[in-house]
Amino acid sequence: MTEEVKMSQKIRQLLVEIWSKLLTLLQGAKPQIIAILGAFLVGTIVLFASGHSPIEAYGAMLAGAFGDIYGIGQTFTQATPIIFTALAFLFAFKSGLFNIGAEGQLLIGGFTAALVGTSFNGLPVFIHLPLALLAGAAGGALWGFIPAVLKAKLGAHEVITTMMLSYVALYLTSYMVNYPLKAPGWVPQTVLITSSAELPRILPPTQLSASFILALIIAGITIYVLQRTTIGYEVRAIGLNPAAAESSGINIKRGLIFALVVSGAIAGLGGAGEVLGVHRRYIDGFSPGYGWDGLAVALIGGLNPLGSVLAAILFGALRSGGMSMNRATGVPLDIIFVLQALVVLFVAAPRLIRYLLKKGGFKW
Amino acid sequence: MASAVEMRGITKTFPGVVANDKVNFILEKGEVHGLLGENGAGKTVLMSILYGLYRSDKGQIFVDGKKVKIDSPSVAIKLGIGMVHQNFMLVPSLTVAENIVLGREPKKHHFWFDTNKAVSDVQALCDRYGLEVDPKAKVHSLPVGVQQRVEVLKALFRGAEILILDEPTAVLTPQEVYGLFRAIRALKQQGKSVIFISHKLKEVCAICDRITVLKRGKVVGTVDKNETKPDELAKMMVGREILSTFEKVHPAPGNIVLQVEGLRALNDRKLLALKDVAFEVHEFEILGVAGVEGNGQTELVEVLTGIRKLETGKISLNGKPIANLSAHERIEKGLSNVPEDRQKKGLILDFSVSENLILGRHDKPPFAKSWFRLNLERISDFAERLIREYSIKTPNRGTIVRNLSGGTQQRVVVAREFSGEPEFIIASQPTRGLDVGATEYVRRKLLEMRGKGSAVLLISADLDEILALSDRIAVIYEGRIVAVRERSKTSEFELGLLMAGGKND
Repeated sequence: MTEEVKMSQKIRQLLVEIWSKLLTLLQGAKPQIIAILGAFLVGTIVLFASGHSPIEAYGAMLAGAFGDIYGIGQTFTQATPIIFTALAFLFAFKSGLFNIGAEGQLLIGGFTAALVGTSFNGLPVFIHLPLALLAGAAGGALWGFIPAVLKAKLGAHEVITTMMLSYVALYLTSYMVNYPLKAPGWVPQTVLITSSAELPRILPPTQLSASFILALIIAGITIYVLQRTTIGYEVRAIGLNPAAAESSGINIKRGLIFALVVSGAIAGLGGAGEVLGVHRRYIDGFSPGYGWDGLAVALIGGLNPLGSVLAAILFGALRSGGMSMNRATGVPLDIIFVLQALVVLFVAAPRLIRYLLKKGGFKW
Repeated sequence: MASAVEMRGITKTFPGVVANDKVNFILEKGEVHGLLGENGAGKTVLMSILYGLYRSDKGQIFVDGKKVKIDSPSVAIKLGIGMVHQNFMLVPSLTVAENIVLGREPKKHHFWFDTNKAVSDVQALCDRYGLEVDPKAKVHSLPVGVQQRVEVLKALFRGAEILILDEPTAVLTPQEVYGLFRAIRALKQQGKSVIFISHKLKEVCAICDRITVLKRGKVVGTVDKNETKPDELAKMMVGREILSTFEKVHPAPGNIVLQVEGLRALNDRKLLALKDVAFEVHEFEILGVAGVEGNGQTELVEVLTGIRKLETGKISLNGKPIANLSAHERIEKGLSNVPEDRQKKGLILDFSVSENLILGRHDKPPFAKSWFRLNLERISDFAERLIREYSIKTPNRGTIVRNLSGGTQQRVVVAREFSGEPEFIIASQPTRGLDVGATEYVRRKLLEMRGKGSAVLLISADLDEILALSDRIAVIYEGRIVAVRERSKTSEFELGLLMAGGKND
């Protein structure tokens, strides 16, 4: 009896705590919320101008994104890889590095995961699946390690190296699945992975896989590492003031390498999640630019892991809602890219928003 | 006649800090008005409100008797208010004339920049106010004092009738201070009003007609210069008597703690900055390093702390060589450092107080448990203890250090560096930019650490500070230690001569 009371008290306490955390998050997310509202407002004008009913279009979008189990599954499926790439960008950014190569790290991670996923037969799931995921993370980590070392040893700027390595990844994987590893048939893709390497689907019949849960876990770990560990502390110190970090004895090179390797590993894991959970094979060009979306999402999320998850879900909802809007109302899919771009634009322009707020006489 | 400026009931709060609390301030036309107060008293904030950089939460501003709303510097400039900041806002690669006319360039044919007119306009301006500058000189080639003059001219060019000078002497040599005062008097004669922000009593008394003293965001009072004395002003500022001399116990200096021999190191421009530097520091001893800045002090500190490469030479701490150890390992061996530029090198301004207090020791027990987890409980306890012991004026341990005043920031650094019972302390310019109260506090702490047996290397450009604290004094000149003297057997005169490169044997 008392145990039960204690439990329910604890749960209540926990809920109160989560609620207050959420409130402070919302409090801090004002510019983001305004940006999203602003984007939809401008989107309304665009829809009007192109002769569509905004209410109908947005209604169809909302219904498509959250209206039924398919929509929800599709929303979270689309959000998943972007959560990974956003976390990847964010983690490197905390050390002051601008990793814009998440796209390549994701591709390599997906590819190495596919290699391991297709290579073994008869391994038990609890060995094969973790191994494949690990391979994905390792592939991405390697793609982060190379620019990290170039930065630490030679001072090569990571914006250049990570971006260039993205192209290397793109064409390398493309070559591999077009030639040596091509499955029989017309499509440039590998054979299916063995079932022991598959990430389970968690919301059948949709494509949503356990990769989504993995993404949330990684978001939690990211928060933990940054806030509660010595190396996370060092990463943040380096990002905020490298001179002070150095004079306090922090090894800056080590910190930078760590940050970029972890960043790459997160993106690689995202690629592995796509391959093992959604496609079940490596398909050439499976990423429509998740790496780049991740960058935008991390910024919209206020460079905060929790915020990034929410922003990624927004992007996922736009994607999946946009598709059904297209089917239901004939509004071209492109409108969602307009909306995405507008959100980014508004977030990137906090001064503009502040100005508008001031002119509007708003007070928060 | 209406006052040049009247500020009424100005209140401004930052997260956790009341910077200005119902401040009233009146500037009469044609006067030089000193704004005096400790660091963090709210002087700069008040003037930033007047200049439109911040907006007050409450209060009104009148210029020439008319109520005005100043919500950006451009409005302030239109009202004839100009401000010269502590950190100059000049483009180093442009000439003086180009910098001064920037934003309102004279044009030929409505489009082309008229260089000749810019130069002649600026020359006319210089002549009118008796401020000598070569309009064609590049700004980066000018000494700091002249750059400041360019800032003043820039404000005048924009039609300033009211000039705000924020800690204008902080960066100047004594000769340059003299020049600045002459310029201020000339401006006053031309009918300009000047607000002189400072925490230096001597200067305020020398140049100002009236003085307003701020303390913790509130006005303590406004006094006429002729009706007050420096020590009264000092009392108003800190609210207690100032002890400018320290009683020092003289324990016998003990064993050698730090010894360096034949140090040679290059500066950032790959020139030899340290030339065969040798000295030693004992337990229970403060060794002062006197010298004009830029004679190798910065490089010396970097070499000792391990962030600059040593060409040749030996460094030993307690008899063990440390020249090959990393900065991190040296900290572990008991070296501690109060860096010259606390905001750049001593603190992570966007970290909280408690995060800053463990910087450098964050990866050791008790702050780390197992090999990678931070022990948040122990960190909080430690931060609370230090906040109490070192009277760090912060709303709480989670406050971001950026929001604290300069003096409080230095207390954070000092608390961190002294709490680890260091064997050897390097303190570079430890009281620079600090007000009387904070200065005294830091000096007292240094003496306390000496009394506990630490060896202290005190590097300071302030000769008074060196003389007040040191047991022995080394003079550095052009990368060499040119003399080492017992404090009791030397004088300000002799040291001054040595610092200027004069021979003294």
